[in-house]
Amino acid sequence: MDMLSALAQGFAVAITPTNLALALFGCFVGTLIGALPGLGPVNGVAILIPLAFSLGLEPTSALIMLSCIYYGCMYGGRISSIMLNIPGDEPAIMTTLDGYPMAQAGKASEALAISAVASFVGATFATIGLTLFAPLLAKAAIYFGPADYFALYVMAFATIGGITSVNPFKTLLAAFIGLMIATVGLDPATGTARYTLGSFHLYDGFDPIVAIVGLFAISEVLVYLERVHEGEAKMVPLGRALPRFKDMMAGGWANFRGSVIGFVCGILPGAGASLGAFMSYIAEQRWSAKDGKFGQGDPRGIAAPEAGNNAASGGALIPMLTLGVPGSGTTAVMLALLISLNIQPGPLLFDRQPELVWGLIAALYLANVALLIMNIPMIGLFTRMLSMPQWVLMPFVVMVSFLGVYSIGHSTFDLFVMVGFGVMGYILRMLGISLVPVILGLLLGADMENNLRRALSISNGDFQILFSSPIALALYAITATMLGLAFLLAFRARRRNPAAAG
Amino acid sequence: MRKLSKLFGAAVVWTSLSVAGAAAAECIAPADPGGGWDFTCRTIGKMLFDQKLVDAPVQVTNMPGGVGAVAYADVMSSRADDAELMVATSTVGVTQIAQGKYPADTSVMRWVAMLGTDVGVIVVPKDSDFETLDDLVAALKDDPSALAVAGSSGAGGWDHIRLLMLAQAAGLSGDEYKQIRWVQFDGGSPAVTQMIGGQVQAVSTDLGEIAGFVESGDIRILAALSDDRIPAFPDSPTAKEQGLDVTGYNWRGFYTGGEVSDDGYNAWVERLQKLYDTDDWKETAKANGLVPVWRGGDEFEAYVKDQSDQMRKISQEIGVIK
Repeated sequence: MDMLSALAQGFAVAITPTNLALALFGCFVGTLIGALPGLGPVNGVAILIPLAFSLGLEPTSALIMLSCIYYGCMYGGRISSIMLNIPGDEPAIMTTLDGYPMAQAGKASEALAISAVASFVGATFATIGLTLFAPLLAKAAIYFGPADYFALYVMAFATIGGITSVNPFKTLLAAFIGLMIATVGLDPATGTARYTLGSFHLYDGFDPIVAIVGLFAISEVLVYLERVHEGEAKMVPLGRALPRFKDMMAGGWANFRGSVIGFVCGILPGAGASLGAFMSYIAEQRWSAKDGKFGQGDPRGIAAPEAGNNAASGGALIPMLTLGVPGSGTTAVMLALLISLNIQPGPLLFDRQPELVWGLIAALYLANVALLIMNIPMIGLFTRMLSMPQWVLMPFVVMVSFLGVYSIGHSTFDLFVMVGFGVMGYILRMLGISLVPVILGLLLGADMENNLRRALSISNGDFQILFSSPIALALYAITATMLGLAFLLAFRARRRNPAAAG
Repeated sequence: MRKLSKLFGAAVVWTSLSVAGAAAAECIAPADPGGGWDFTCRTIGKMLFDQKLVDAPVQVTNMPGGVGAVAYADVMSSRADDAELMVATSTVGVTQIAQGKYPADTSVMRWVAMLGTDVGVIVVPKDSDFETLDDLVAALKDDPSALAVAGSSGAGGWDHIRLLMLAQAAGLSGDEYKQIRWVQFDGGSPAVTQMIGGQVQAVSTDLGEIAGFVESGDIRILAALSDDRIPAFPDSPTAKEQGLDVTGYNWRGFYTGGEVSDDGYNAWVERLQKLYDTDDWKETAKANGLVPVWRGGDEFEAYVKDQSDQMRKISQEIGVIK
């Protein structure tokens, strides 16, 4: 009961005309920022912090506006994934797998609607989780050690081969390319420079977002140039402008399964939204393996990762608020924001500044509803993008990519890196190698290595530590079962239909 | 539709305005948004404007890379005479310089001022067997590899060095203290949460970020690496009181390009000194676990050079660099 009255008070704080207006503004701007490739929640929130200060907002109002931008970005990231096959931010990469094929088939508005509903379900699920169990769940984060995180990443990599419908060997190859790219930079434990060619710019390795924009956006432009040269114009059939209600719900239970998995990944500070989206997709694919058309525009393939990444971003607020431990780049910025408002997150935040915390939580509920309402009519606007001729769209993509990437580190070096990745992406596409696993390898590889190194530093180099925690053992068991099952199914399919399995 | 494009237009105008405003004053945070240097730039930048010490809001630019080396190289090569620019740094940056991990030594920049300092602490979980620093040191003397200690820097970084300085002061030999297991996390809070979860036995890091855990009683301070006890935690003894003469501050301050004119340089020193003298800064510093300390102008130049020399010596002694 305490909680409900606290939440009611939170709503009282959040629902003032000014705060509501700020929330709407935040949702709108956030969606735009999220949709632009390169500009993600990290830059979005960082760019707008000075605005909050120069408007002289109260701490609660500033926090409400910026959290709405945060949630808005998570909603927006999917839009360019679906429409252009270019992820707006890191967690949105999984949405390209089924979202883009669906848009290609003339069902762009349905895909956008399904993902909007999934985002809503995921984010609301996480916000409810945050309301009810925040202090309790923070404890779970404490007992998850480096060896356990390593086991979690092993699980992710063991299942990576199955994410695309094409040749699993090519997918694995792509993941290993990503892993190799992840080794560039300072060795996390000893500070030794690896493959940096003496350049300070490579000390931190390759920024995943720069790699994403290069691999997807720039290579898309290169592919387009080639097509124009060959005179091969491709028109995407325009579907309906607004989806039917029935089509919006096509995600079905995948929304909820994705939410649960994403939320669990979110509350673990070492995991985060990208892993949440990935795990949700993988699990959904396994769950509905028999009748699924994953990779060719299955609605569940959109719903699961979108619900997953939004639930994870909501869940990531739990360790951020209760422990002061940011689970991702964006929560790190939110943490910085709290600190610059003279609010110290940590174990005492809920006791000391309840009106602020509950005001924030109430604002998140409002942001979710506002985003859903705002996003459904906006679908018409975004689908019109497809009717734009490509020769208009592509220069725009190039411009936004360069601008977005430059805004991250204010470094021209990043632009060269982006173009380099663009060329690499073009070559990989020509070879029929999927780009998503490359990014997954890069994104997850660095964290996997960090946690392996930490575990081994703790044990003084003894590998037994990797198998000595019950959590890690349970994760390995699940991984082994999943792999075993996959081989069994493949074996059966081959026996039943030897011609198809080649 | 029209409304949308209007709003979008407004956003674009606003963004370009804020970029144009960079001509006023700029602070480079040589790290991603969210870190300590980012905090330094954003807080000080905001307060300079609030106190009307600058005409327009200070533009904060994030230029991450190589623990500050990228920004250092950039300022050195292309903005050495930009009098409207300052760059946030701290003891962590000077440690990198001393260990030769930046493109040049301290002499290529003009060091403006420091406004406050964080204090290094050694902490353990509340139910730890270690009651005093002596207990911890005794355990290390017994078997240096018996304990895993964590912090926010990699091996050879400032958190690690402070621990090794303690071990050295306690009489452990170089071969012994090199065996102490060191685990790196991405910040003080992650290190402390992992310690509470039983993964490591002690943490050596700055107090500021983890003060909440001390207040809540989840962890205890075994030793503060300061000359005097920390005002916020008067019950926690210093290492000095316990017989180990080691201090480990992490100051927060700024440098500017090496070819900035004396006028430009003095203007920054003056502005920051005026800011330091306000009650507003003292409160903000305290709220973030910093102790307000002022060193500016020539005094700060000399201090940084001195610290860099000392740090190089220590790093050699403990074997971090040759």
